[in-house]
Amino acid sequence: MDGNTAAPAAAPAARTPWKAGDFSHVPYWIYRDQDIYAREQARIFAGPNWNYVALESEVPNPGDFKRSFVGDKPVIVTRGADGAINVLANRCAHRGVQLCQEHLGNAKEFVCPYHQWTYDLQGKLIGIPFRRGHKGNGGMPGDFDLGANGLPKLEVAVRHGVIFASFDRAVPSFEDFLGAKMLGYFDRVFDGRPLKVLGYSRQRIPSNWKLMMENIKDPYHASLLHVFLVTFGLFRMDQKSAVQMDDTGRHAVLVNRKGEQAANEATQEMRAFKADMKLADPTLLQPQREFPGDATVVMQTLWPNLIVQQQSNTLAMRQMVPRGPEAHDLLWTFFGYADDPPEMTERRLRQANLMGPAGFVSMDDSEVMMISQQGLDPYPDATAVIEMGGRDTVDADHTITEVALRAFYAHYRQVMEI
Amino acid sequence: MDGTTPARPIAPELRAEIGDLYAEYADTLDCGEYERWPELFTERCFYAVIPRENHERGLPLATVRCESRAMLKDRVHAIRETQMYVPRWFRHVIAAPRLLAHVDGVVTTRTNYAVFETQPDQLTRVLNVGRYEDEIVRDEGRLRFRRKICVFDSILVPTSIVLPI
Repeated sequence: MDGNTAAPAAAPAARTPWKAGDFSHVPYWIYRDQDIYAREQARIFAGPNWNYVALESEVPNPGDFKRSFVGDKPVIVTRGADGAINVLANRCAHRGVQLCQEHLGNAKEFVCPYHQWTYDLQGKLIGIPFRRGHKGNGGMPGDFDLGANGLPKLEVAVRHGVIFASFDRAVPSFEDFLGAKMLGYFDRVFDGRPLKVLGYSRQRIPSNWKLMMENIKDPYHASLLHVFLVTFGLFRMDQKSAVQMDDTGRHAVLVNRKGEQAANEATQEMRAFKADMKLADPTLLQPQREFPGDATVVMQTLWPNLIVQQQSNTLAMRQMVPRGPEAHDLLWTFFGYADDPPEMTERRLRQANLMGPAGFVSMDDSEVMMISQQGLDPYPDATAVIEMGGRDTVDADHTITEVALRAFYAHYRQVMEI
Repeated sequence: MDGTTPARPIAPELRAEIGDLYAEYADTLDCGEYERWPELFTERCFYAVIPRENHERGLPLATVRCESRAMLKDRVHAIRETQMYVPRWFRHVIAAPRLLAHVDGVVTTRTNYAVFETQPDQLTRVLNVGRYEDEIVRDEGRLRFRRKICVFDSILVPTSIVLPI
């Protein structure tokens, strides 16, 4: 949309080439080169894709707003006087000042503190001090057009209480973007019931954003790294499971069914399995079935910036905000449903101990991402091996596979033309 | 709760004993004696580490939420046995507690704290800054926390919080 996308397709000249059609090896330069980062911002985050920005329940009333991000670009999500959702660039049309500094709030209009240019909730420029000058001096040129100088507006899609935005006017419908299979999983959690936000958690993780995306597309590590998942059967490779992608490979789900804390042939290879581990307070893990079907965990990765977490009764949006090639922010919005009984809310809050920057499970991941970046960063010309489960990109009915990573890179290479 | 006048004056001995409790809290954690940490709480206690933005909006979601001493012990077990994390040191610096109230044997305090973190190959950094909102009681002959809420200003957490705040 801004000219960056026309850049010729090639790996930086000094880098190890990435063999055409190879999705089972990934060169490390894609996790740390600035030109790759800039190309991702232009082609992926500002490209024809739906970026998650907010939940409708965060902005329930006219005038409500939320600060958010599309890629690394700050945006404001507002609910206009007409009740409709707007997503606006958080950048004054005059001199680029970031207008909105509050995470959440309510406003009648947005006033830039620098020169008090004023915008309505739809981003329309409605006022400029001294537009006509003073006593014949100054003022904007007579042909200055307020209508042409509003806040840039993004395309907006809202489905079942979840708000997405795109800088690219050519973005397909949200439903087509997800495809029927992924939409089915999306609607499993977002079934139209009003949502209730339980709170936020924010992390800055010193790793490339793709390592986070890979982590939630990789069920192989879950049976090895995470003692909590393995020991208590919350996610384990010997349980009935699936890895599924959309037709493009950019979205995926990992599905698993809770099992028992019992040793078997498979757990012998899992050092993380602790047959005799007991919680001193078992109330932490007393999940209650609440979704149709027998899956107890569905982790959905939606290209390009969202992870939808449903592990037992803990539900969260994890929004990724790239912060340069070597860092990203992970913004967690934990939620339940407006009609949850108090004991279900308590259960969600308790199970949230698994997640976030101090989570019994997620802490392992943020630590691993940090040391992944530390390990690969000095070796840009080496490559990662992504061959568990083969070299293909087709759905699997087990979790001993890295297939969703391969599918992701098949799509990534196509979009990035590298 | 702001500017609450203590319903009963707090005796200098008790004030000193409260100071000792905070000193012990910091020292126990920073010396890595995690097994002693739950002993500084009553058996039925509530401990939470919560971002200030949630706390001020009345959103209940906490980064760490322990609803009993047993849950604190589960955290210690995780630190010792189950979590993967890069080894590091924590250093708690706890300010003098402000004693807000002393009612029915419960002392309510508000206390600033900062936790510094040192990892291999990294400069020491500020990990977490905030205030403790605590309730202290006498239990089995010593002072213990029956409630400790760590409300942190540093809501964008650098990577992880792997040890107790």
